Amino acid sequence: MRKVLTGNVAVAYGAMLADVQVVPAYPITPQTTIIEELATMQAEGLVDLDYIRVESEHSAMAACIGASMGGARAFTATCGQGLFLMHEMLHYATGARTPVVLANVNRAAAAPWTIWSDQTDSVSQRETGWIQLYCEGNQEVLDTTIMAFKIAETLRLPAMIVLDAFFLSHTSEPIDIPDRETVRDFLPPFDPGDLWLDPNNPRTFGGITMSDAYMEFRWQIQRDMEKAKGVITEVHEEFAKVFGRKYHQVEAYRAEDADVVMVVSGTVASTGRDAIDLLREKGHQVGMIKLKTLRPFPREEIIAVLKGKKKVAIIDRNFSPGATGIWAQEIRSALYELPEGDRPLIYGYIAGLGGRDISVKIIEGIYQKTVKDDRPDDVDMWIGVNYV
Amino acid sequence: MYSLNQRFDNRDIPEDELLTSGNVACAGCGASLSMRLALKGLGKPTVLAVPACCWTIIPGAWPLSIMDVPFFHCAFETTAATISGIKAAYRKRGMDDICVVGWAGDGGTFDIGIQALSGTAERNDDVLYVCYDNEAYMNTGIQRSGATPIGSWTTTTPVKNPKSEQKKDIDAIMIAHKIPYLATATAAYPHDMIAKFKKARSIKGMRFIHLFAACPTGWRMPENLSIKVMRLAVLSNIFPLYEVENGETYRQTVIPDEIMPIDEYMHLQGRFRHLTDEDVKEFQKMVDKRFGHLREDFEKKN
Ligand SMILES: Cc1ncc(C[n+]2csc(CCOP(=O)(O)OP(=O)(O)O)c2C)c(N)n1
Ligand code: SF4
Ligand SMILES: [Mg+2]
Repeated sequence: MRKVLTGNVAVAYGAMLADVQVVPAYPITPQTTIIEELATMQAEGLVDLDYIRVESEHSAMAACIGASMGGARAFTATCGQGLFLMHEMLHYATGARTPVVLANVNRAAAAPWTIWSDQTDSVSQRETGWIQLYCEGNQEVLDTTIMAFKIAETLRLPAMIVLDAFFLSHTSEPIDIPDRETVRDFLPPFDPGDLWLDPNNPRTFGGITMSDAYMEFRWQIQRDMEKAKGVITEVHEEFAKVFGRKYHQVEAYRAEDADVVMVVSGTVASTGRDAIDLLREKGHQVGMIKLKTLRPFPREEIIAVLKGKKKVAIIDRNFSPGATGIWAQEIRSALYELPEGDRPLIYGYIAGLGGRDISVKIIEGIYQKTVKDDRPDDVDMWIGVNYV
Repeated sequence: MYSLNQRFDNRDIPEDELLTSGNVACAGCGASLSMRLALKGLGKPTVLAVPACCWTIIPGAWPLSIMDVPFFHCAFETTAATISGIKAAYRKRGMDDICVVGWAGDGGTFDIGIQALSGTAERNDDVLYVCYDNEAYMNTGIQRSGATPIGSWTTTTPVKNPKSEQKKDIDAIMIAHKIPYLATATAAYPHDMIAKFKKARSIKGMRFIHLFAACPTGWRMPENLSIKVMRLAVLSNIFPLYEVENGETYRQTVIPDEIMPIDEYMHLQGRFRHLTDEDVKEFQKMVDKRFGHLREDFEKKN
């Protein structure tokens, strides 16, 4: 079935097709239409879920963790301030090994108030142990929502679907909606194994640990995050087999013979492809990679694409004050292990904060600057800022 | 029927123990005894969620646990939201008979957890929330909470600057949510307490039980005084025992034979040692005033 859906409604369809059982939710622009849609779907009997109209995002995540510990498939959605408020519970979900799935609509941070897009909210959760899956278009949003449950439940790690505010959340695109029974075959009901609050098997979860035990619990998270790279690839492949659409943690575009490779994520990937095509027409040896996963970070795949390139231009729609954009940090540290001759120069660019447009022209400009400058003039270069 | 030195016939207290010996509470801990009695009243199947508080420590460190019911350690301010989530999962999975219980301290209830608690109460989620009230943040070393009584010493309200605000009236706040059941109880009156837990189990919707739980460590008193001090709190109307259905039908369940002045209650505890006779008189007035309002409710609604 094909329908014209916004990114937010695509998330709701994904959750519905995944037969989510418990949805604790709290409204925030621009996430709201996700949870409104789910409320409507529930009211119309399209999905048999327990909807908890919680009083905050903090409680939304706490209730998701509780529901997951009760053995149910739990889902919520938020953005910006809501995700910041959840931060403590994001760590908690990972530690409790609850495979909660959350859709985050990238919204920039206040103050000053803003509702427009950038990735500061999700990249700020980098250390929480959540799998983070960034999306470029609404089809990818729907498909990733379904896959996120499978990935999370396989690993017993929580997973976040990330989509740009407004560019996806409120923009409509024609979308292929997978058949419900096929999704059910692809994603069977959540099986909590023996890790749930089973009255017939009374156990205590999350009790105080001493320093002789805590580190092992953390190491298991790290071990499973490393495993996640393989699991995500397998789920992508299985999804492609069943539904005919293939996703990648690192998707290279015309990068093979490129001297300069641009690195983007989210909706900038679509604009980026247009920019690359235009530049190629003009004879430039330029390519691009689109990153889907921030965590686990696909180091090996990135190295495989970028090894031996002359220059890499990374566009970060986020930044860490006092340091650099987050994707740039990650890529710098991944590439450092390459021998000097194979190690490209890294040009970090900050662009599009608070929803400012990242147009084809801007991407072309970034490319031109990268080619022109023998070395980057700074550790990060801010694009289009009126310095006052 | 109720006086300070009376003895209870304990033969009718259920023998089943849903926790084993070997907990690591301080001697004389009212919170520890409270859990034992509460579980006797509740029976199985019961599932517990407990936030950061002394009860994080009491069941033992990983991998040991004294609990014979599933027990989830949740984040400090999330007890109510966590049990709402657990209950929703059971409902969806056809296990609606499980009694889902949140068990939090006064700090986790009166202060940091009140937002989530209010949400769960307002939605009338089908859970039992228990606050064991030892009138301070004990787990972190006896700091003031919204439940600490006026005049009390704590480590953040030292003797030269003791707590100057009255205890927050959490029961009135919960009653205002019109929840199906609210009760106050204390382990010093075990029959009354167990009956309330049994009753709570039989009711659907949001239930709230406020337990008065002596803490010899934080109250600066010998551990053999816990029961006596809990009884004195009831007999001097500092912590009256009652229940309220649907926010309107009040019933006092333990009516003292004779109402005692608060003096003995105060004098037994080091946390009040610095107070003058004048101070105690002032506090007596506050206790009388508050009980006066409650008595009107007991009489009016019966
Ligand atoms: C968000 C957060 N803030 C602070 C703490 C530290 N903390 C742990 S227990 C506690 C006090 C608990 O007091 P109460 O709820 O009265 O329980 P008690 O220790 O008295 O049994 C505090 C402040 C925490 N765990 N989490
Ligand atoms: S500090 Fe008080 S509440 Fe905590 S275990 Fe000791 S006696 Fe019990
Ligand atoms: Mg306390």
